Amino acid sequence: MSKTLIFIELNNEKIKSGSLELLSAAKNAGQEIIAICFGPASKAAASEAFQYGANEYYFSEKEIMSVYNPEAFSKTISTFLNDHKPQLVLASGTQLAKDLFPRVAAKNKTGYTNDGIELTISDSNVAVRRPVYAGKASAEIEFKNSDCNIVVMRPNQLPVNSPDTSANGEAKEIAVPEMDLKTIIKSVVKGASEKLDLTEANIIVSGGRGVKEAGNFKILEELADTLGATVGASRAVCDAGWVPHSMQVGQTGKTVAPTLYIACGISGAIQHLAGMSGSKVIVAINTDADAPIFEKATYGIVGDLFDVVPQLTKEFKALLG
Amino acid sequence: MNIYVCIKQVPDTETKIKLSSDQNSIDPTNIKWILNPYDEYAVEEALKLKKATPESTVKVLSLGPKARVVDSLRTALAMGADEAIVIDGPETIDSLVAAQAVAKTIQQEGDVGIIFTGKLSIDDGTSAFAQQLAEFLKIPHTTVVSKFDAEGTQYTVERDIEGGAKEIVQMTGPCVISANKGLNQPKYPSLPGIMKAKKKPLKEVDFASLGIEAGDSKTLFKNYQMPAEKPPVKMLAGDASAQATELTQLLRNEAKVI
Repeated sequence: MSKTLIFIELNNEKIKSGSLELLSAAKNAGQEIIAICFGPASKAAASEAFQYGANEYYFSEKEIMSVYNPEAFSKTISTFLNDHKPQLVLASGTQLAKDLFPRVAAKNKTGYTNDGIELTISDSNVAVRRPVYAGKASAEIEFKNSDCNIVVMRPNQLPVNSPDTSANGEAKEIAVPEMDLKTIIKSVVKGASEKLDLTEANIIVSGGRGVKEAGNFKILEELADTLGATVGASRAVCDAGWVPHSMQVGQTGKTVAPTLYIACGISGAIQHLAGMSGSKVIVAINTDADAPIFEKATYGIVGDLFDVVPQLTKEFKALLG
Repeated sequence: MNIYVCIKQVPDTETKIKLSSDQNSIDPTNIKWILNPYDEYAVEEALKLKKATPESTVKVLSLGPKARVVDSLRTALAMGADEAIVIDGPETIDSLVAAQAVAKTIQQEGDVGIIFTGKLSIDDGTSAFAQQLAEFLKIPHTTVVSKFDAEGTQYTVERDIEGGAKEIVQMTGPCVISANKGLNQPKYPSLPGIMKAKKKPLKEVDFASLGIEAGDSKTLFKNYQMPAEKPPVKMLAGDASAQATELTQLLRNEAKVI
């Protein structure tokens, strides 16, 4: 058995599903799991971590660890890795993890990859497959020259086990080293949307030029609300200023891989297709039967989104209650 | 003060990727190489900062096969950068080795005010270089920046996080900033800019002279695959109402995703 460290993040005091995927994968591979978690409610989250397979659990609710600061987090984790020497570190691909772990890898001179979509853990090795060129191809990552490797996985790629409600353990406080920070996080400004980020969303409803104007995104939002989905957009409509760039899906926006992607009025430029073709099921709604999006779609509807989308909202409301 | 911009040359977003015969790389024939789109925002922001601090010099730096990479450096010079540095080195190194090579080169060049780069390169998308460069230079970093304000060497930046939320971060230079879309609107090089760029200094650094081994890379990309062929699309017939009813049933009973 070898040691795997799993970096856990919380959402409303519960462990994010991306982190649960990693606990499950490590447990299924028979790893000795050390879980770490920082910030408010990180102590209380221990019981959930133990139920999903953690053998040890470390937390910090210290003020310096309550808001993400790259310097404080990277130094604390780097020191922890030196003390505990895991062979593998796993984190789910949030904005925080993607910022933090490259710096940790540089501090400890370990291997690093992000955006993993396949993960195979054995005692002697870890194999990761990840998309390249925004999903136009994929490659396997071979790790070498390092006793420890860090893998950041995309959310929604791995199954989550059922919790073992009898499992428990002791939450231990992590040692936060002394430090003189040069980075100050002054504030965090909430976004307009409280929904999951595109990169973490399980369902995405996305709009393109066919939506015709900014105000019409309301139709997509109603469908998204019914499904618990996040709204995305094509580059054309972001560049036109209809919606913010944070909503852009594609090679120069966000690369997404939800379970369900509903493309409304998106023709399917190659750079958009690259960013979403990893989605498990793709629905395309477009007036143009020859639009390239249909080549990537699982289900296609040739029709006007202004007719089809409200009908869909109605159907899903009836189905999901 | 030197304002550094680290750029990478990448295949154009319109490129159709093909694999090499051993499947351990992509086939480089017919690829149109461009300046990584996110690095354009980095160049533009460096030029904006130079306007506010005219005594500074914008040095644009890239690592890769010189014969090819210089084209993208010339693009950055044509946009307005003052000098270019190319580290003539192999492509098969990982971000950890690249960051060390660039850190060493920047240390040799000296007078580091601030370093800009793109939030990720659209080829491998590792988005690790900025943070690792900052670590090797022992300076702070902020990634995915969409707003940048300077007051002397005090920088206040906005970092984009989940769901349109932003972190407001304050740093003292020198530091590394990785640029997101939205930071600015890059201006395409003008004809006079392109002419001037041809005469601007382009310095060459031999990768081997830096004392860093390409073989120290800790990750290697191999066994490339093209995405699995999708089964043909199932087109739904009827009017909007019939299509919506059928789709809902298919998503629940066939695809089982609802």
